[in-house]
Amino acid sequence: MTPEEIKAFEDQVYAYVGKRVCTATPAKDAVNDTMIRHWTEVMGDTNPAYTNPEWAAQSARGKTIAPPAMMYVWNQEGYAVASTGRPSDAQSDLVQLFNDNGYTGVLGTNVKQEYFAEASPGDQIVMEMVIDTISERKATARGTGYFYETLATFSNQDGVKLGTQRFRVLKFIPQEQPAAAKSDSALEVPTRIASPRGHDNKWWWEACDEGRVMIQRCTSCQTLRHPPRPMCGECQSTEWDAIESTLDGEVLSFTCLRHPAIPGYPKDPICAVIKLDEGTHLVANVVGCEYDDVSIGMRLKGKVEQVDEKTMLPQFYPA
Amino acid sequence: MSEYQTLNFADVSVGDSLPEQDIDITSGLVVSGALATRDYEPVHHDKSVAQAAGLPDVFMNILTSQALMTRFATDWSGPEAVVKSLDIKLGAPNVPGMVMKVTGQVTAKDGDSGVIDIAVTGENNIWGMHMAGTVQLALPQGA
Ligand SMILES: [Zn+2]
Repeated sequence: MTPEEIKAFEDQVYAYVGKRVCTATPAKDAVNDTMIRHWTEVMGDTNPAYTNPEWAAQSARGKTIAPPAMMYVWNQEGYAVASTGRPSDAQSDLVQLFNDNGYTGVLGTNVKQEYFAEASPGDQIVMEMVIDTISERKATARGTGYFYETLATFSNQDGVKLGTQRFRVLKFIPQEQPAAAKSDSALEVPTRIASPRGHDNKWWWEACDEGRVMIQRCTSCQTLRHPPRPMCGECQSTEWDAIESTLDGEVLSFTCLRHPAIPGYPKDPICAVIKLDEGTHLVANVVGCEYDDVSIGMRLKGKVEQVDEKTMLPQFYPA
Repeated sequence: MSEYQTLNFADVSVGDSLPEQDIDITSGLVVSGALATRDYEPVHHDKSVAQAAGLPDVFMNILTSQALMTRFATDWSGPEAVVKSLDIKLGAPNVPGMVMKVTGQVTAKDGDSGVIDIAVTGENNIWGMHMAGTVQLALPQGA
């Protein structure tokens, strides 16, 4: 679009700020036990304030209430949305305007509900909604677009204000969309970074794949060494064999890697330098206990375990 | 008097962690959640429509996420707590086959109103952050 075209488009868009999506519309059904029960069953919410009249009668409220998060549910359009689509209103017209100009992407980004009073069975919820704000044109990770925010206000039959809802939506020009899944192929689960397997250490990882942790040994002076490397640091011999570790050891040093979660890895892993009883040191994860329970000198017992679809690694447990 | 206990304002400290919840995201939960919230948008019950929108399967609607966030807070606080607000930033979709871990921590207390802020995060095991936000609860001031 040329700057003039963008200007003309934005003039149309911003004309929607302040427009009513709906004027005081009463919900089709009064707040009722049946819809509350359907909701609580699915959500696994056993709060007796919603569904237990005996408990509620002796509670501070004296009666059951609707789950506050249902505030918007009462005024939902219903099955027509799945069949004939949403009826025309300011919001659907705005969405259409965006779509017609290439802003076909849609993403809900934020929703904030505030509750001023609780609703109980029998209450008739009335909703009003306006298009409250539309942002300037913004470049986002999803593509260039505009955020628009609707503000809904909820009241009961007596005009008591029950709450408000602000819902922010991004309408954007989709950039390269991730390819739609065409089949029923399973979701791709991120796996850990594959271990680097070079000339000098491939054998170590292959033993690990088979469930063993090996320690390299100089055949000339019998010194053990880890990690694997081609030459003995004591006698400079390049001849070696290896022994299998019993994976008994103790914590020499440890930390918790507090980092935003990395796909494929557990969050906040405990990483330790472990002194194996054979004498060499190994960096591995301590699992099966809390970080606060780990201490220097603590005895550990290792096991080689499968930690994701394709990775075997030694994991150490409190002995 | 009651098998249901509610935390008093004085029982709670900033920094308290709430018990984690692991929620299995199943087709049943996604579709039933959409219907229980009267949300008939086809992307929440029709896999072919969800796939045309670029997702592998039907995905959880926002009203279900809101419900799970409230439940997380009040399961911990007990039923006399009054939910004052729910503020959610939305992230990656919840799709069947995932598990969402919900965690939370008390981040503020207001002695005048008896309102506490709980920072809540729901992370699924495949795409990460599904929802992050704040639930505010008013707790009884106690006897
Ligand atoms: Zn040597």
